[in-house]
Amino acid sequence: MTDFVSGFWEFYVGIITLASVVGCWVLLQSQTTRRVKRSEVETTGHVWDGDLVELNNPLPNWWRWLYIITVVFALGYLVLFPGLGFFDGTLKWSSAQRYQNEQAHAEQTYGAIYAKYQQMPIEDVAADPAALAMGQNLYLNNCAQCHASDARGSKGFPNLADRDWLYGGDPKIIHQTIAAGRTGVMPPMGAALGGEGTRDVAHYVMSLSGLTHDSIRAARGRDKFAQNCAACHGADGRGNQMMGAPNLTDKIWLYGGSEATITETITKGRNNVMPAWKDFLGESKIHVLAAYIWSLSNEPGVREAAKAEALQPVPVKTGVN
Amino acid sequence: MLASAADEVEQSLYEVRKKIYARAVHGWFARWRWALIWLTQIVFYGLAWLPWNGRQAVLFDLAARKFYIFGYVFWPQDFIYLTGLLIISAYSLFLFTAIGGRLWCGYACPQTVYTEMFMWIERKIEGDRQRRMKLDAEPLSARKVMLKTAKHAVWIALALWTGFTFVGYFTPIRELSVHVASFDIGPWQGFWMLFYAFATYGNAGWMREQVCKYMCPYARFQGVMFDQDTMVVTYDTNRGDPRGARGRKVDAKAQGLGDCVDCTMCVQVCPTGIDIRDGLQYECIGCAACIDACDQVMDKMGYARGLIRYSTSNAVANGWDFRRMVRRVFRPRVLLYSAILAAIVGATVVSLYVRVPLKVDVLRDRASLMREVEDGQLENVYRLQIMNTQEVAHRYRITVTGLESLHVASEDEIDLPASASKQVPVRLRMDSVFADKGAHKIFIQVQAIDTPGIAAVEDSVFLIR
Repeated sequence: MTDFVSGFWEFYVGIITLASVVGCWVLLQSQTTRRVKRSEVETTGHVWDGDLVELNNPLPNWWRWLYIITVVFALGYLVLFPGLGFFDGTLKWSSAQRYQNEQAHAEQTYGAIYAKYQQMPIEDVAADPAALAMGQNLYLNNCAQCHASDARGSKGFPNLADRDWLYGGDPKIIHQTIAAGRTGVMPPMGAALGGEGTRDVAHYVMSLSGLTHDSIRAARGRDKFAQNCAACHGADGRGNQMMGAPNLTDKIWLYGGSEATITETITKGRNNVMPAWKDFLGESKIHVLAAYIWSLSNEPGVREAAKAEALQPVPVKTGVN
Repeated sequence: MLASAADEVEQSLYEVRKKIYARAVHGWFARWRWALIWLTQIVFYGLAWLPWNGRQAVLFDLAARKFYIFGYVFWPQDFIYLTGLLIISAYSLFLFTAIGGRLWCGYACPQTVYTEMFMWIERKIEGDRQRRMKLDAEPLSARKVMLKTAKHAVWIALALWTGFTFVGYFTPIRELSVHVASFDIGPWQGFWMLFYAFATYGNAGWMREQVCKYMCPYARFQGVMFDQDTMVVTYDTNRGDPRGARGRKVDAKAQGLGDCVDCTMCVQVCPTGIDIRDGLQYECIGCAACIDACDQVMDKMGYARGLIRYSTSNAVANGWDFRRMVRRVFRPRVLLYSAILAAIVGATVVSLYVRVPLKVDVLRDRASLMREVEDGQLENVYRLQIMNTQEVAHRYRITVTGLESLHVASEDEIDLPASASKQVPVRLRMDSVFADKGAHKIFIQVQAIDTPGIAAVEDSVFLIR
């Protein structure tokens, strides 16, 4: 009982427990017989309101044995299990140990399944429906809170089901992103560019992906972009997966593609964190999870479904606004 | 109030059980009891073996949390039906108790049923009351050991079969029988089989009336549902007293005797060991064995039957005839119980009849509020938990209503195998032209394509910001 700072409490708990058990026994023994006045009718001797008496309806004797069994059970329990503060019990049972046993049992049950998949390349794991079902469960329990149930993300959280990747869509890189996490930083450029300069750059960025823009501002912003932004996003604005700089020429926006949002992004910068899951999930689960994520944009079925969707009036390309 | 030590006695608050040797009884009410024993036990021992739809007709699969009752498959979400069943049982108990006293205890309770079966075995092996009493008083002999061993062996065999049948409702009984035959049963199956067998053997063989007197809560609270017009097993004191033995030819009236010949048959047949002539007692389980016994004696004496009979306090006190007494059955208490019972039975039956074998839960993604997709459409994401509770595979179509231009943007047809559950992420989209900011109530419908009658509608919200 290391939960208590002082050893006093261990004895406090233990002595009260033992005294209660013994007290039950004493109480029982003192209540098996009673001296009452001899009378025609058997009563318990209790009298209320002067004339109200209780008839003696004796309990069966086996009932008393049940009491005695509870006392014996309590003492047996206290010998085997840690019920007394100062004694751990002869079985050395503890809740922490039980947790570890269950962990070990789960590892034994499911470890082999994960181990089998871990021997396979991620691409092959993604072809196994059973592995994908496991991966989807892992995804829904751990990832869906941010990236949404359908893995298409939301504002600030990338879409994982399209083929546009901040850090790269190779299975190994997906695995690395999950295991080690990512920290995406866009520095604030507002001070360097000035208010007007920021708007100019914003219009240039909008022009890159064919959005409606002010062409004069865009022309002015072009040079500023080359000086301030191209180091990361590239001279052509196609980004750099080595440092997670997004491609600005497509129609996919992590935070939003409106002029106001782009201006805000440039002015204040962005900080984004994908936490590392290596310690929480472990290598083997991440392997299966990476296969699931990769399958979302590469599995043949998904591609066919996307094609079918494209035939309908509803647009296919879903980006994060 | 000081009493001297000589006036006082040491009184025990516990008593040792006195064994009861109930005499065999035959008659109208005993036949009713045996009819109910046959009915309930044929159902209990037999139903487990009945096949249905290629599986056991009644099976409570706790591990898979599916409960099969003939054509129905109940899931944990159908718990309300268990509530309905319990309410129906409770109101039936109230109703029958208000009309006829402890009818349940006397005729249908498993404790009574198994005690009766065990006593029958006991009688076949050891003989009736007198011979059993004599046998127990005898010193130990080879014959006594043999008889006792035979009795307990048959009891234990029946108890084990009962335990096996009981577990057979929770794990397929045909497979279980194979495992039992090869002594290859799981620890929990083994535990429950032996536990239930032990409970049957202990309660019906040894504990008997002690269960009703000291352990059963229903036995005690049924007394609260009695009133002055409840028909209970009653000894007619006015007619029977004063009691006394007499010859058959003797005119009892002239001797100042009532109809009770004081033969104590009513006491000898009583399974709880009471004397019904002392009036209504909490030990009385209402089995009417004393009525059957007394009627036979009355027949032999040439007296009218019914010295002990089902009667009410009012009828005995006021000397009502049977018809007058029965008229009081239709009193407000009984009518009210009947009305409530009928309403609940009706509601349960109707809800079972219109029950759709499909369940849908909609969980809106909490972190992802709204997405703007390329052409200005707005998108929300939901997770549908679709449960096909029918033992047939279905293909379902998901549709949505509640907002102009709202539609399902992801796969809107879902295949589910028989008795299966699936989580389906669903994306809903609408044109931003129609959008007002805020939360909008929408309705998501899931409908089986092959059977349009199987459909479920759940509401949720579509967020626009």
